[in-house]
Order: sequence, then structure tokens, then C-alpha cells
Amino acid sequence: MQGLTFDIAHMLAGSLVLVSFMQLYQDRLSALLNMFALHAFVLAASVAWQAYAQDAPHLYITAIIALFFKAIVIPLALRRIVIKLGIHREIENVFGVGLAMLLGIGLVALSMVVMLRVTSGADPLAREDLAFALAVVLLGMLMMVTRRNAVSQVVGFMSLENGLVLAATGAKGMPLVVEISIAFSVLIAFIVIGIFLFRIRERFDTVDMQAMDRFREEQR
Amino acid sequence: MNIGALEGILLIPALSAALLAVLPGYKLTSRLNMAAAFLTFATAVSLFVVEPASGRYLLVDDLNKVFIVLTTFVAFTTSAFSASYIGHEIDTGRLKPSHVRFYHAMYQVLMFAMNLALTANNICLMWVAIELATLTTVLMVGLYRTHEALEAAWKYFILGSVGIALALFGTILIYMAAQPVIGEGPDAMVWTILMTQAARFDPDLLNVAFVFLLLGYGTKVGLAPLHAWLPDAHAEGPTPISAVLSGLLLNVALYALLRFKMLLALNPASIAPGPLMVTMGLISALFAAFMLYSRRDIKRLFAYSSIEHMGIIVFAFGMGGPLANFAGLLHMTMHSLTKSAIFFAVGHIAQIKGTQRIADISGLTVTHPVLGWGLVAGVVAIAGLPPMGIFMSEFLVVSSTFARAPYLVVILVVAILVALGGLFLKLNTIAFGEPRGSTAPAQASYVPMFAHLAIVFAAGIYMPPALVAGFQNVARLLG
Repeated sequence: MQGLTFDIAHMLAGSLVLVSFMQLYQDRLSALLNMFALHAFVLAASVAWQAYAQDAPHLYITAIIALFFKAIVIPLALRRIVIKLGIHREIENVFGVGLAMLLGIGLVALSMVVMLRVTSGADPLAREDLAFALAVVLLGMLMMVTRRNAVSQVVGFMSLENGLVLAATGAKGMPLVVEISIAFSVLIAFIVIGIFLFRIRERFDTVDMQAMDRFREEQR
Repeated sequence: MNIGALEGILLIPALSAALLAVLPGYKLTSRLNMAAAFLTFATAVSLFVVEPASGRYLLVDDLNKVFIVLTTFVAFTTSAFSASYIGHEIDTGRLKPSHVRFYHAMYQVLMFAMNLALTANNICLMWVAIELATLTTVLMVGLYRTHEALEAAWKYFILGSVGIALALFGTILIYMAAQPVIGEGPDAMVWTILMTQAARFDPDLLNVAFVFLLLGYGTKVGLAPLHAWLPDAHAEGPTPISAVLSGLLLNVALYALLRFKMLLALNPASIAPGPLMVTMGLISALFAAFMLYSRRDIKRLFAYSSIEHMGIIVFAFGMGGPLANFAGLLHMTMHSLTKSAIFFAVGHIAQIKGTQRIADISGLTVTHPVLGWGLVAGVVAIAGLPPMGIFMSEFLVVSSTFARAPYLVVILVVAILVALGGLFLKLNTIAFGEPRGSTAPAQASYVPMFAHLAIVFAAGIYMPPALVAGFQNVARLLG
């Protein structure tokens, strides 16, 4: 694979990292959910392009799952929850946007250094994809760490899973089992989260994790 | 496809989970739960008599047979304890009958997931099974729906998911390493094929993959600094689940790590995974030992003790060699049995006293002699005093590694002694302090607890040669 095909695949995977960065500095939940929808959309495009480039039709299924489930259904459902809970207020970041962005840049550099060095023998596209995927995974983690709000932690977790899907599709010929399992796990994760959010609301009247931590302190 | 014992240990829990989800009445379902667990255990034992052939999806060898039998046995005794525990929770109104139906179904789903993880012949299937086990336990930890239970479940869910995501990334990297050698497709994920070809994999990819797998599955093993979920999950969930978490689920994650360690050992150009495991094991053991002193909650206390023991076990396996592996394997078995016995006692104690605060449950040997002395015996065992089995396994861990790494072993011994001090300090209050709290007679089933303690005691005195030979064989396999 070379020339334009490679460049497009490269661009799409790179955009995914870019959208991960854009998620980092969103300070409103509704904007964050839009960004997550965009993230999933870019992922779907990237996976579909891989399906075309690798001539692997089963990857189209993964792309469709990403498009419908992650880019449409989940953001809509989360938006409903957010509106129902009445939390359109601003997200508090644990530390400032500037620091979060700097850390993000550091993580991307780290993943490039690690992955490009160890995969020197592998297929060039798989190399790039793995490096980008690791960057997306690490950025997702960073988001989970820097946010206190339960909904944005969930979004962080899902963008982390998007990175894993990118890695799995980059690995040539990886069996379908993987994609289905990932989609499935996201589904289960969503159910679990839905139940939790509902109950958290019932008990705390807030989805701020700091409020939950305060209960803990009396317990220790 | 003909259904043998190997499929049996998966089908029995899966079918009974479906059955338990629809049946009403906790008395009936808790008995059915026990029966299903016993049937699974009996099927697992039959693996030793007739060894079925490994297929493309399921495998059975000497290594996982040990894990399967231990898992199904503790699952069976825990289901017996759970029956009396749940009965009490229904009587006091802490759980509604609909919750119990859900609980029993989840218990069997968890058994299914753990058995699948142990028998999977595919690295991806194994990952799916461990993720399923995690999600099931998350739901069970949150069963009481209190503030603390929900927070514990949430923390467990977030940390567990991050861990499991890292493990998946590691799994993908293993596939990437195997794919140029074995070729595209599912073959490059089958354990038995991976093991034969491992020497030709790209060592750099294997190294990075192992780091991700160690962090990912290490979170599930409860290694410091990734252990934060473990004390909360143990303290806030129903006690049978604490017993299963400590006794079994940690082992299942450890099993996954050991498999990948074996894979790396076959590739001479890759890093030795041992030092990484030794470091994490030592940090966990030392950290958890010191944390024991400031615990105020009895279930949290024993949760930290689990972290300490998992640290010792990972240290032993990290050192490697037939003797240290043997010691690690023995210690794992003994810890599973002892720790679940302790949680059986603690479950009844917390029910009678109506609290988990150590300060409120003192003088137990006076108010409830059987439970009190049972707990004393359990703590004596878990602290590693002779003549119990854990003394022997800890002695073996120390003596088998001392010649190779004396400085590291000194750290380990310090951790063990510090933990011993911490446990006895707390035990002194719990068992021999001024009697406090309810003196109502206990409606407990003592059989599971004393059965476990009897096995641990017996293993400390005499190990049957057949068992020793079996463990030695597995220890050699582990390299």
C-alpha cells in the first residue's frame, strides 16, 4: 500500500488524535458530547478506509457499528441523561487547560517514540496506526484523570476504546472476534454506566465525583 | 461437537445462571446455586481422571487444571456460605428477594467467566472472559445501593476498565508480533500455536506488549500502585463476593499474566519479565503491610492483606525457577483457601454485630467463641505462623530465592513481619478486647470456614506426594 491510500489512512488516524485533543479542552458537557460524536465519526471513516485499503470487508461492519452506535446512539442517549439531570453547567477540570494540553503533547510524543521504535519491522501503515492508537488511548486516560464529572469520565473511557478499535483494525487480518467483542463491551459498559448514573442521581443528586469522595472520608 | 468435561465446566454455570435468573424464592435458589457450584467442581475434578483434548478455543493442560479445580472448589464452598449469609440479609431486610435472584444469576455468570478465562485457548477469548468477570463483579459490588457501595463499584468499574483496556492493547500487540510468523487470521491468537512459534516473534513488540499486559492484568491482580479499587470493592460488596474476589478473581488475572510470562520466556531475545514482576510484587507486599496498621474497617483490613499476599505470590513467580514457582503456586492455593475462610468468618461477624468497624466488634472470643476462635485460627494462618500451610509456602518462597537475591528477600521478610504485626494488633482488639456489641447467637454455617482451615492446617503438616508431584510438574512448566 502506498501513495494516496496510505496518506488518507494516515490523515484519518492523525485526525483522531487531533479530536482527542479537542475533547481535552471542552468545558461544557454538551460540547464535549459533540466532540465525542465527531471522534466516533472520524474513527468510523478511518476504519472504513482501512477496510477498503486492506480489502477486508468485515471491517466495514466495525465501521458501521462505530458510526451508528458510537457516533449517534450513545451521544444522543448521554445528552438525554445530561439534560434530565440538569447538568449543563461547566465541567471543572482538575487542573488548567494549558497544563492538560502540555501533558497531552507529552503523551503523544511518548507514544510515537515507543511505538515507532519497536515496530520498525512491521508494515508502515500498521506502525502509524499503532502509534496513533496508543496516543488516543493515553489521551483518553488523561481525560479520565483530569475530569471529575462522571459523564465526562465515561466519555474519556469511550474515546479510549476508540483508540483500541483503531489499533485492532490497523493490525492486519485480526479476526472479527475482536471488533464484535469491543462493540459488545462498549454496549455492556454503557448499560452498566446508565444504571450507575441513574442510581448515583437517586442517591446524591449530583454526578460530581468529589461529592462522592466526601462520603468516603468519614468511612476510612 | 460432543460435550465433555471441559465444555461442562462452562455449560453448567451458564445454564444455571439462566435458570436462577427466572426462579423465585431465595431458599430454593441458594440451594440450586450450591448444587450447580458442586456439579461444576465435580466436573472439574474429573479433568484429572480423563484429560480431554484441547481444541481451537478451549485448552486444558497441567497448569490450568490446578487453577480450575481451586476456583471451582472455593466457588462451591463460598456458595454454601453465601446461602446462610443471604438468608440473614433477607431476614434483616438489607436485600430484597428480587436482588437475590439477580445476585445468584450473577454468581453463576461470574463462575462461567472465570472458568472461560482459565480454559480459553485464544488470547482474545481470554480477554473477553476477564472483562465479563470484571463487569459481573462490578454489578455485585454495587448490590447494596448505598453511597459507599455505589462509589466502590464506580471506582472498581473505572479502574478495572482502564486496566482491561491496557490489557487489550497488549493483546493486540501480541497478535502484531505473531502475525508475520504465523500468518493473518485467528491462528495467530491461539495459545497452543503461539507457544510453538514464540521464538521467532519480534522481541521488541513482545516487550512492549508485556508491559501493557502487566499493567492491565496487574490492575486486576491488585498490584500496587494499581490496587486502589480493591479495598473499596471488598469492603462494600456482599461478603461472599469479597471471598470470591480475593480467593479467585485475583488468581484468574494472575493466571493470564503467567501465560504471557511463559510466552516471553520462549523468546530468548525478549526482556526477562521476571524483574518487572519482582519489583511490583515487592512494592505491593511492603505497601500493603504498612497500610494494615491504619485500617478501621475489618473487611478493608483483610483486603489489604490480600494485596500483600498477591505481592508475595507475584514476587515468587517473578523470581522463577522450579522451586520458587512451586512455592508461589502453593502460596496462591493456601492464600485462596485461608482468605476465603477469613471472609466467611468476617461475613457472619459483621452480620451479628451489625457493623464492620473494628472498634465496635471487640471481644469476639467471649461473645461468639466459635466464630472468634475461627477467626483467630484464620489470622494465625494468614499471618504465616506455623503449623499452618501459609507458613510453609512463605518459608519456601524465602528459602528458594534467598541464595539468588538476598537483598530482595530481606525486603520481603520485612513486609511479612510488618504485616504479621499489623494483623495481630487488630486481631487483639477484635478477638480479645472488652466484649462489645450484640451477643445474639450466630446463625452461621461453620462448615465451609472450618473445612478450608482444616485443609490449610493439613497442608502445613503433611502434603500428599501426589499433590507435590503435580505442583512440581506445573512449576517446571512455568519455567
